[in-house]
Amino acid sequence: MKLALSKWFPVASISDLPYRHIFQGQLLGREYAIWKADDGNINIWENRCLHRGVRLSIGTNEGFELKCQYHGWRYANRTAGCTYIPAHPADAPARTICNNTYTCQEKYGMVWTCETPIGDVPDIKGFKSFTVLRPIPINSAYKNVRNFLSSKEIPDHHMLRSKQTEFWRFKTNAGNLLSLVIQPQSGNISILRGIYNLKTTGTEKLRVLKYYNSLMTKLRDEIESQHLPKLHERNPKISKLADDLSQFPTLSDQKHNLRVSVSEKVKLSDNIVKLKLKSIKKQLPTFHAGAHIDIVLQNGLIRQYSLTNGPGETDHYCIAVKIEKHGGGGSKIISENISVGDIMAISAPHNSFPLLRNSTHIIFLAGGIGITPMLSMAKAMHSMRQSFELHHFTKSNDKEAFSHDFASFTNKVITYNDLSINQSLTTIKSLLKKPKFSNKIYVCGPGEMIQNAIKIGLEFGWNESDIHYEYFKNENEIHKNSTFKIDLARSAMSLEVPSGKSVLQILKENGVNLVSSCEQGACGTCKVRVIEGKIDHQDVFLNSLEKEGQNIMLTCVSRAKSKRLILDI
Amino acid sequence: MHAEICEDTVILNQWHPISSTDDLKNHKQITTMLLEEKITCKKNSNGKYFVWKSIDIKKKLLPIKIAYGYLWTSLGTPPTDLFSFPEFYEIDRRNVATGVFGVNISAGRTIENFLDMGHFPFVHTGVLGEEPHTEVKEYDVSICETNDEILATKCQFYQPQAAVISSKGAEVDYIYRIPHINCAILYKSSPVDKKRQDAIIIFVQPVSQEIVRAHTGMCIIDDKSADKDIRLFQQTIFGQDKPILENQFPKKLPLDSRAETPIRADKSSIAYRRWLSQKGLTYGVIPSEDNNLFEVM
Ligand code: FES
Ligand SMILES: [Fe+2]
Repeated sequence: MKLALSKWFPVASISDLPYRHIFQGQLLGREYAIWKADDGNINIWENRCLHRGVRLSIGTNEGFELKCQYHGWRYANRTAGCTYIPAHPADAPARTICNNTYTCQEKYGMVWTCETPIGDVPDIKGFKSFTVLRPIPINSAYKNVRNFLSSKEIPDHHMLRSKQTEFWRFKTNAGNLLSLVIQPQSGNISILRGIYNLKTTGTEKLRVLKYYNSLMTKLRDEIESQHLPKLHERNPKISKLADDLSQFPTLSDQKHNLRVSVSEKVKLSDNIVKLKLKSIKKQLPTFHAGAHIDIVLQNGLIRQYSLTNGPGETDHYCIAVKIEKHGGGGSKIISENISVGDIMAISAPHNSFPLLRNSTHIIFLAGGIGITPMLSMAKAMHSMRQSFELHHFTKSNDKEAFSHDFASFTNKVITYNDLSINQSLTTIKSLLKKPKFSNKIYVCGPGEMIQNAIKIGLEFGWNESDIHYEYFKNENEIHKNSTFKIDLARSAMSLEVPSGKSVLQILKENGVNLVSSCEQGACGTCKVRVIEGKIDHQDVFLNSLEKEGQNIMLTCVSRAKSKRLILDI
Repeated sequence: MHAEICEDTVILNQWHPISSTDDLKNHKQITTMLLEEKITCKKNSNGKYFVWKSIDIKKKLLPIKIAYGYLWTSLGTPPTDLFSFPEFYEIDRRNVATGVFGVNISAGRTIENFLDMGHFPFVHTGVLGEEPHTEVKEYDVSICETNDEILATKCQFYQPQAAVISSKGAEVDYIYRIPHINCAILYKSSPVDKKRQDAIIIFVQPVSQEIVRAHTGMCIIDDKSADKDIRLFQQTIFGQDKPILENQFPKKLPLDSRAETPIRADKSSIAYRRWLSQKGLTYGVIPSEDNNLFEVM
């Protein structure tokens, strides 16, 4: 069916897309899952889950994500990137698992798509206002319906000649207009759609709909009664997955290669500034709750900030920055030198603080600006209707800063203002008193607070593996004075790490492009699996169980205690 | 759909289940479809079974086997023995045929669904699984060389109501066996006797490449529950799987590793697809080397 791939065809009426519904449409044999997100964006996706091929149209529209019915994989609004694989809650989907998406335009009360669009859905002359008619499916090939329409007189209508061969226009005896368009659903099924050039309401609308329903049904009966030969039905091509999805995940190259513009800069409080970043051209990549991005600042400084977005908010990234009067300069630049309209270079999101959603209840503990990754997590938990509580320890002059983000779940948030260290410790103790089955703790904030929370949790009998945390920086002193060898299992390379250089540096110098971000052992982006050797851990990312396990290391700071390490890269 | 003649010797030479012996008791003669061929089975008054192709006026008899509560036949040259399933003959067990289900999907997809724990919380919500306990822990998969069967062991999954007596959820241990390309057996610790395991079976009869009859049964130690309740339970479970299976596309099982996205939880299905590939099966699957088939069918 070579029928012009660059032509626009309608695949649904707008009224087919009520709140949180998924509509199954079809064009040229290809099935689509068509759904409207809560922000009004209409998605047209291949109607097939990438995991095991189940129709996405039998899944659920969760507002900003679509959830597959079979194993609960979640796909984000717009990007169709997979954001969560419930069978492996600890892994953020590392690989870019992305469904096929198709262009979409809304016009004349219909949803239109096109495989390779040139320009927009064309205007139909004389249809400034309109009433969308009820579509009529016809058991006949597109070509037959087309021939029929161009040769046949329609009672009480005169065909108007026009150059747009896809839209038939007719004038009624009363001087109004009707336009018909055919949607080639599959080889032998077409859908006849029409619009009437007056906006009608109430009984007048019913009259028009009824009239055209019976008129178009008559056309259908006539076409079907011709018993025209059937086409050989062909199934649409299913595109194969990219190579990397069926093999080992490859190392993506680390570049701050996304360009965004600052579309909003808002003071949330005296010390906190929010930036909203919009993509300039391309769709921004899918992120997972708890992800952070690197931002390249004007003077070459690179800083990490957690995304505060809710699930499926994929048309922008949001960050919140605390202005440190005496800080390292990053926050100062953001507060003073960056304004709306500026272009910035950022990295794709790093997902190294994953939200494990397989818990019955999560206790979030946030200190100060450490709230940022938790905003995104709490929003995700809320949208999945999962149980959680969020405790925010803050200064009274910042206490209102995030009220907007909390708006839909204020009953789950408790804010503590200006507590002394001792008061905070007592509060944390009372919160963590009773470990329960399948509950988890997430902590983010100043180093001291994280250490204390872990200590208290362990004292009360929490499993170490149920306590999750993210440090902003590694305050430990890091030594670089050992010499050892690294063997790369998958790249078959052997390298020497001299004192004074990190494993990460050596890898990069030798062309192994490992993704890294904070480069001080805090964010976990540069972690690799270690197959053999004794690791000298110096990071604050891995917990003590993971460190004892001796099979993961952060290459930016950790070294070897043995003469040799074998890395799984 | 127009019937094609099946030419795949891998599938022709298998034993296929066509009816539970229970079902044949009340019928003198029944007909069913196997690999697009209409076949007739009959039990005479002496208790002997006969199977032949319905179109064959001479009624040339097809090979038969009675095993595990089923009547099996073959349209080719089947092996002498069927796979072993010793639990079936343990005297203190009850064997309950829990029903046969017609499903509009290939046999391979049906078996894969049976092996798959990841869907429990989403498809069998509140019975075999429940959100947020969705994790599929690492398990082992091996191919047993002596009997040529796939074995998945150390499988664990959280079940909301592990036993009738307890109201709390717990991790349940599972073992899966795939001793035949269209048959699988699941072992699960018995709520009555912790040391022994109940077995749940699925024997799939390929009606055509994209239609099956799935025969299910349980072989359990429990002597309290009524047959009716056991059947009702299995029928609820299968009733939940059926609409999912029928919405899978393509209906045939793709054997190409690039056709779908596997995750670690799918280890057993990856092994199963590979195993089928190695056998050279072409019926009801999309063979991996045949790229054309996959692109424009
Ligand atoms: S098939 Fe969609 S999540 Fe598995
Ligand atoms: Fe199931």
